[in-house]
Amino acid sequence: LAPWIPVVGLEIHAQISSNSKLFSGSQVQFAAPPNSLVSFFDASLPGTLPVLNRRCVEAAVMTGLALNCSINKKSLFDRKHYFYADLPAGYQITQQRVPIAVNGSLSYSLCIGNKMSQLVTKTVRIKQIQLEQDSGKSLHDDTRCQTLVDLNRAGVGLMEVVMEPDMCCGEEAAAAVRELQLILQTLGSSQAVMAEGQLRVDANVSVHHPGEPYGVRTEVKNINSIRFLAKAVDYEIQRQIEELENGGTVLNETRAFDSKLGCTVPMRDKEGKQDYRFMPEPNLPPLILYDTKSLPANMNHQQVINIDWIQERLPDLPSVKREKLVEQYEILPEHSFTLLNEDGLAEFFESVVKQTQMKPKKVIGWILNDLLSYLKLHSLTVKESPVSSFLLADLLNLLEKKEISSTAAKRVLAELWKGEGKTPLEIVTEQKLELLQDQKELEQICQAVIDGQEDE
Amino acid sequence: QKVSVEVLDHLEHLALVDFRDSEGVERLQKAIQFADQLHDVNTDGVEPMDSVLEDRCLYLREDDVTEGNCTKELLENAREKVEEYFVAPPGNIPLPKLEERETFLQGS
Repeated sequence: LAPWIPVVGLEIHAQISSNSKLFSGSQVQFAAPPNSLVSFFDASLPGTLPVLNRRCVEAAVMTGLALNCSINKKSLFDRKHYFYADLPAGYQITQQRVPIAVNGSLSYSLCIGNKMSQLVTKTVRIKQIQLEQDSGKSLHDDTRCQTLVDLNRAGVGLMEVVMEPDMCCGEEAAAAVRELQLILQTLGSSQAVMAEGQLRVDANVSVHHPGEPYGVRTEVKNINSIRFLAKAVDYEIQRQIEELENGGTVLNETRAFDSKLGCTVPMRDKEGKQDYRFMPEPNLPPLILYDTKSLPANMNHQQVINIDWIQERLPDLPSVKREKLVEQYEILPEHSFTLLNEDGLAEFFESVVKQTQMKPKKVIGWILNDLLSYLKLHSLTVKESPVSSFLLADLLNLLEKKEISSTAAKRVLAELWKGEGKTPLEIVTEQKLELLQDQKELEQICQAVIDGQEDE
Repeated sequence: QKVSVEVLDHLEHLALVDFRDSEGVERLQKAIQFADQLHDVNTDGVEPMDSVLEDRCLYLREDDVTEGNCTKELLENAREKVEEYFVAPPGNIPLPKLEERETFLQGS
């Protein structure tokens, strides 16, 4: 049987972290009373016009720069037409012809090898990033055969990040999205929390034999977590392979991932290939961005976005942070990944290192093995840890000064988890865990043991 | 060159606008002919203009919350509402196929 090559591309929608919407001044907020964060423009009442939010443009430029894209100094807005109850205007304002950023790349890492200890770096090309409006939310009420529409989300700014089909499996897709999520959170351009719909991923999947042209692709939607993304992609790859090996065909369709059943199913309500009749948005002139060279002299600075200015102020991206951690603390690359993967863990680690004489190389073991596994066991975040960095550092100092053994240290830590407010020293004293340092006392004990043996 | 029935049917699907009668189709036909005159102009090497606003400055707004909180007013326009939600049919009701709907186009 000839081998199959799976091909996976991703379309990711990230909600921009801003106070107000992309083209209107209504608030952006999760879980508010229905239709309370809606302006006349968002409801598409006649006579309203879009007014572009500066912060949203800056967020897109930051993201484009972080993903090594070329920023288009002139980009355009278009209308994408389709009818749906949560799209009151009957069209979405997007950037189809000339988006704000193109031709970037994202590097991500995977753990491979038997002990999952070998780190492999891969790259996925970023085709483009475009600014567009989010739609409202539809709540389907099947019992009463109706849909309830909440427009709070309608008009919220989105960055659509299109990743080329350079990935080949669920694990790669998941790792790429995780890295993108970390980058967005570091930049602050999106909080990228999937559970709150701030990061939505659609996967394009196809399979083909080596040397043959790409196969028909399906689009998989309704993926609600990074874990499910990997599952959905792998399931779809398998499904397509089985279909083709059984003499069937793959349809160019949209499928939804059913997380309960762990499979993809054809989506209802998709009426064949859509004709969106893209047209230029007549109410918005082109979006012009500047750099230090092209900066116009007399313009109001509030009306000017300088790409170089934004570039200079980009924070350290996760990849740079990891390198710095490895270099500064002499820890392994895998360690740096785990530190950044857990919200607040890197800061906790650095805080402990500052407060103890123990070498960072040794501290990391306590952070990753003891602290992290405890937190995971009890589903706690680093912020919720009953053991503070101060307490842990205190404990590690006792160990470092050889006042206790490492076995004793683990017992003290177990006691500290209870969060009863005792200090490590108090616990050591209570449980008599001190290492004996006195030579004479040790000799007496040894002698007593030997004497005891002789008696038998 | 006449616009085919397939295209007219497709347009009725897209726009949910009924051409209603031969006069409606004729009007479309004339509009296309009128626009086709653009092809008479040599536009080689000319960047298309897609907006008369192309040399205007795109105004950038500060990221402040200045609107919203008018649920009652917005819902006044709704024919049906449930609590504070707009009510819509369960899904898009697609236009029936050409053979299955009453349209002037059938006869063409």
